[in-house]
Amino acid sequence: MTTMTQTAPSSAPMASEKNVLLSVRNLKVWYELRKWGFGLAGYVKAVDNVSFDLHEGEAIAIVGESGCGKSSLMKAILGLVRPHDGQILYQGQDIFAGGRAGLRWYRSQVGYVQQDPFGALPPFMSVRRILEEPLILIGMKNREERLARIREVMEEVKLSPPEDFLNKFPHMLSGGQQQRVVIARAMIRNPRLMVADEPVSMLDASVRVEILKLLRQIQEEHNLAVIYITHDLSTVRYFSERIFVMYAGKLIEKAPTDELLWHPQHPYTLALLNAISDPDASNARKLREVPPGEPPSLVSPPPGCRFHPRCKYRIEGVCDTEVPPEFEARPDHFTACWLYDERFADRRQALEADLQFD
Amino acid sequence: MLRGALKELLRYPSALAGLLVILFLVVVSIYTVITIPYSEAIRLWRGGEEIWGDVPKLAAPAWFNHFTSKKRPLTIKLTSQDEGVESNYAQISDDLWVDDTTYTFDFQYDEFPQEVAVTLLGTFTEKAPYVSIVWVKPDGTEIRLADMAVEGGKRVYRASQDEKLGRKLKLPANASPLVGLFAEDPQAEDPVPMKGTYQVRLEGTLFEPDSTLQSKLVVYGTVYGWAGTDHLRRDLGIALLWGTPVALAFGLLAALGTTVLTMLISAIGVWYGGWVDALIQRITEVNLVLPVLPILIMIGVFYTRSLWAMLGVIIALSIFGAGIKTNRAIFLQVKSQPYIEAARAYGASDWRIIFFYMVPRIIPTIIPALVTLIPSFVFLEASLAVLGLGDPVLPTWGKIINDARDNGALYQGLFYWVLEPSALLMITGIGFAMLGFSLDRVFNPRLREL
Repeated sequence: MTTMTQTAPSSAPMASEKNVLLSVRNLKVWYELRKWGFGLAGYVKAVDNVSFDLHEGEAIAIVGESGCGKSSLMKAILGLVRPHDGQILYQGQDIFAGGRAGLRWYRSQVGYVQQDPFGALPPFMSVRRILEEPLILIGMKNREERLARIREVMEEVKLSPPEDFLNKFPHMLSGGQQQRVVIARAMIRNPRLMVADEPVSMLDASVRVEILKLLRQIQEEHNLAVIYITHDLSTVRYFSERIFVMYAGKLIEKAPTDELLWHPQHPYTLALLNAISDPDASNARKLREVPPGEPPSLVSPPPGCRFHPRCKYRIEGVCDTEVPPEFEARPDHFTACWLYDERFADRRQALEADLQFD
Repeated sequence: MLRGALKELLRYPSALAGLLVILFLVVVSIYTVITIPYSEAIRLWRGGEEIWGDVPKLAAPAWFNHFTSKKRPLTIKLTSQDEGVESNYAQISDDLWVDDTTYTFDFQYDEFPQEVAVTLLGTFTEKAPYVSIVWVKPDGTEIRLADMAVEGGKRVYRASQDEKLGRKLKLPANASPLVGLFAEDPQAEDPVPMKGTYQVRLEGTLFEPDSTLQSKLVVYGTVYGWAGTDHLRRDLGIALLWGTPVALAFGLLAALGTTVLTMLISAIGVWYGGWVDALIQRITEVNLVLPVLPILIMIGVFYTRSLWAMLGVIIALSIFGAGIKTNRAIFLQVKSQPYIEAARAYGASDWRIIFFYMVPRIIPTIIPALVTLIPSFVFLEASLAVLGLGDPVLPTWGKIINDARDNGALYQGLFYWVLEPSALLMITGIGFAMLGFSLDRVFNPRLREL
């Protein structure tokens, strides 16, 4: 691994489907629970049977509340945790199949933007050293070459002139500048996939839009595939083409952004959208309807649909026993909810009435 | 960053004082190692009468005289070859020669010397030279000390062992014969030495033409050198000087060894987690209840007392100490930092993460701890020496205290013997402690408000 190659090792099979960069197949990220330090006591099923395809240059958003498993999904995609079952295929090749070298190559293809920019930067390293590290790891030995690349990326994330920042330490930078360094670090090896974990949630409102615009711009210029993970639906429209809604370890709704925002199909998505507060004075007096209860335990999730204990549209005898498959409720709009089964078309009316109301 | 830390450090007067103390110790160490090479130090320290014969026993440092009104005598040493020593050699008859030597010395002290020794060296083939020793006091009183043949080529006359002399001068029962030689009034209740010019006349008679007679007079004082002497007449200065590099090297190596190894082991344990961490923690917990000093004593008694072996054992026993636990607490926090996850995501290896991402985070807490740990190991070495487990060869501060204790220095009022090494130990401890506390304040800004 001496240069920033953009192609898979020669042994890699051809991509099974054209244009698909990353394919997640029946992914299960389960954490073992140990009793007395040994002996299996069960699993935390953080990600359970998740599948999706990510096309080249496509930006998707994975939305869900805290503890729904989106971080575990992200860690599996970054190769940081090994899945219990299922596959993550990058250009058609399982990222864990190629051993250490294969994983290293894969990692050089993926950029990672974290939530907390200050925590994401080692406090004892200068900006220059922070940006050098990924380059050293792909074997770029020449110092001048590294510096040239660092300058190039810093200009790109608008940390200019680079000389002003190269020798600074993270605590000397503002939150927005820190996040630009994080983005620069993610971009420095010219990745084809970027995983952004709530990249703006820790930033001041004033710089959020700038960072989102920057990410969007970088994504378009480099034809970058982006997985944008957030709990905040109000920011997803900035650059994602599709939204996946995650609940208790499962993707319950997948749809293009506007489609999902304007025509949510799953009762949980509806509740999530209802929870967005717009800066409107009348909102202060409006009582919002939120689903009762808490997200379920991931150790022993409820049988059937995982949302059913909180769902006011649930169908007794079906939702609490059978896991809902994905239904194509509208064109290109998939949702895992029994209401979209033809058998229960009559039960759907209550939900549709609520959707109309909005 | 380091330069900034140094500049900030010098703003603390205690840090400056600590640095000066350490600098002083380092300069002393370098000076010692250069001027008294190791082999020379060992030779001097293990030497006996041939090296230290002319030095008084248990003598206090000479600078004591500057602080007392009663001046204690310095040692006076004269040989027959010295200038100012009168010799008179003449042939009396065919087989009789006289060889008279007169030593003259000035004595202006307020206390009695420790000893007067006359060493006679004669060469002959059959008949040994015959010598009479005559003591002349400043007031002209002559005392015939001894008449002796230089049998075997060497005779030593020691006044303090001359019991006949005491009887001859009618001294009180337990008075030293030296009182008789020096006192103005030997029978007095509280005799004082007579000041003035003394003479020792050696009246030698030779019986052969080739026969020669040489002699040496030593009036042993009760003060010597800058550090005094011990029960074996050795100059304590050598041990005090050589104790400095030994203490510094021992403290530094032990502190560095334990700190660095402890840090690495706890980092490895935290990073790999699982059974590696569990094993390290269990070893630490067992090791923490093991008493270090008794183990060291056992090793000293049964196996070896070498300083460097002890150093190894101390490091081995201290690695799995409380440091593992405190470092672990910090490393666990560091391990959960997002930048570690980022490093893994861009493919940094385990070792790279441990050395480049975790260790730098703990350095600021390690450095002050390291500096304050140095004197504790210096003290540990001294404690071992005081317990009689000091290195059998090397002179160290602890061994001086041990010798002093064994020889009842404090009962005899020889405070210098205990206080000199103790003072050096304390200075070392205070110096490193002051620097360490200041470093702690520089590196841990949270302490600054206190």
